[in-house]
Amino acid sequence: MKIPVTLNVNGIAYELELAPSTTLLSAVRDAVGLTGAKEGCDDSECGACMMLLDGKPVNACSYLAAQADGREVTTVEGLADGGSLAPLQRAFLEHGGVQCGFCTPGMLISATALLEASPSPSEDEVRIALSGNLCRCTGYDGIVKAVLEVSRAGT
Amino acid sequence: MTSAFVSAQSLDEALSALAGGARPVAGGTDLVVGARQGKNPLPESIVAIHRVEELRGLATSNGRLRLGALVTHQEIATHPAVRERLTALADASAIVGSHATRAQGTVGGNVMNASPAMELGGPLMVFGAEATLRSASAERRVPLTELLTGPGATSAAEDELLTAVEIPLPPDGSGSCYARLEYRRQMEIAVVGATAAVTLAGGTVEQARLAITALAPTIRLVPEAEEALVGSDAGAEAVQAAARAAARAAEPISDVRASADYRRAMAEVLARRVLTAAVARARGEATAIPASSALFGAAS
Repeated sequence: MKIPVTLNVNGIAYELELAPSTTLLSAVRDAVGLTGAKEGCDDSECGACMMLLDGKPVNACSYLAAQADGREVTTVEGLADGGSLAPLQRAFLEHGGVQCGFCTPGMLISATALLEASPSPSEDEVRIALSGNLCRCTGYDGIVKAVLEVSRAGT
Repeated sequence: MTSAFVSAQSLDEALSALAGGARPVAGGTDLVVGARQGKNPLPESIVAIHRVEELRGLATSNGRLRLGALVTHQEIATHPAVRERLTALADASAIVGSHATRAQGTVGGNVMNASPAMELGGPLMVFGAEATLRSASAERRVPLTELLTGPGATSAAEDELLTAVEIPLPPDGSGSCYARLEYRRQMEIAVVGATAAVTLAGGTVEQARLAITALAPTIRLVPEAEEALVGSDAGAEAVQAAARAAARAAEPISDVRASADYRRAMAEVLARRVLTAAVARARGEATAIPASSALFGAAS
């Protein structure tokens, strides 16, 4: 059985036909075709699949796409403004917050959600907020510096 | 394989789907994760309840706090009345999963998933919370202590939906604390946890409650700990006696996360730390929320 689901991903409406058990991650990667969000653990442990749902963070591997029907989904592809990278993306590049890159989309979404909720976090708050996002290259130092720089720049 | 899915627009619609055999999903942080892990396949028939307005709302009235089933951990952890009056509940909500889990996961899901390691269970139990269960034909209220019957098991019938949790606000002079032993700061569940709530009157303990988490088939209260504290000055001796009672009440298992012996030993440590912090809060001393970070690794 398939059901109609409309996903508004990064401001564009996609009308899809999905099995009810389809996860939001699978819908966005396989049906919409945006592969920025990654499948890491597929178990809600690693945060590589993180997206924003109506502005709030969600581990998309563990959320039913049908529940996102009609709602606003933001993926890493939606962070840049046209050809211009978002401040967090630029800061990740400047601080070497990217190694293999697999965790980066989730990290960027997670950091975006953090700065939305708490615009001037302490280093400890940044580390705690991002500890639901695993980086197997253990490149946390550059990532944390990047987030702190953007938070300071914004205040 | 899920063959039927409906997104309920009202409570009546959700209850009638349950009566027809559907299982509810809200934030998906347990149901979908369990399916992805291969523990339990997704139900044949699912009713999504995330749009049901009647299940929202976090408000105090007539000396009680009402949490609609869809209230998220994030809403609980940041709510001023919860942080001030039901601090242990804020401690617990603030450390559920990661900020993604807290934005999507709900109190209804946390309670009805009935994990012996759930964060909210201990605080809800020490505060004497009651769950409201509704079916298409009836409504009843059940204390948390009677709702949770075993690992993943509750006394709710298949066609009953938890619609709200209500908590009587503790009197002035009360303080509470929840903390857990953890290996990781986020996306973690309690290795061992404990919750304390105390009410002081003129330096003497008037009421006390202690609950243990991840130490028995369900979260449970420890009446012997309460007896050791009531009437005392909440000093080190009474706290230690209560902490020992917590260890005696524990019936832990050994698993990949910890051995039973280790859990039993830590029951006393966690109980002592949360009792000490609850007493400090009852005396008006400001302490960080969540307490777990502050108490983690702390010498005591």
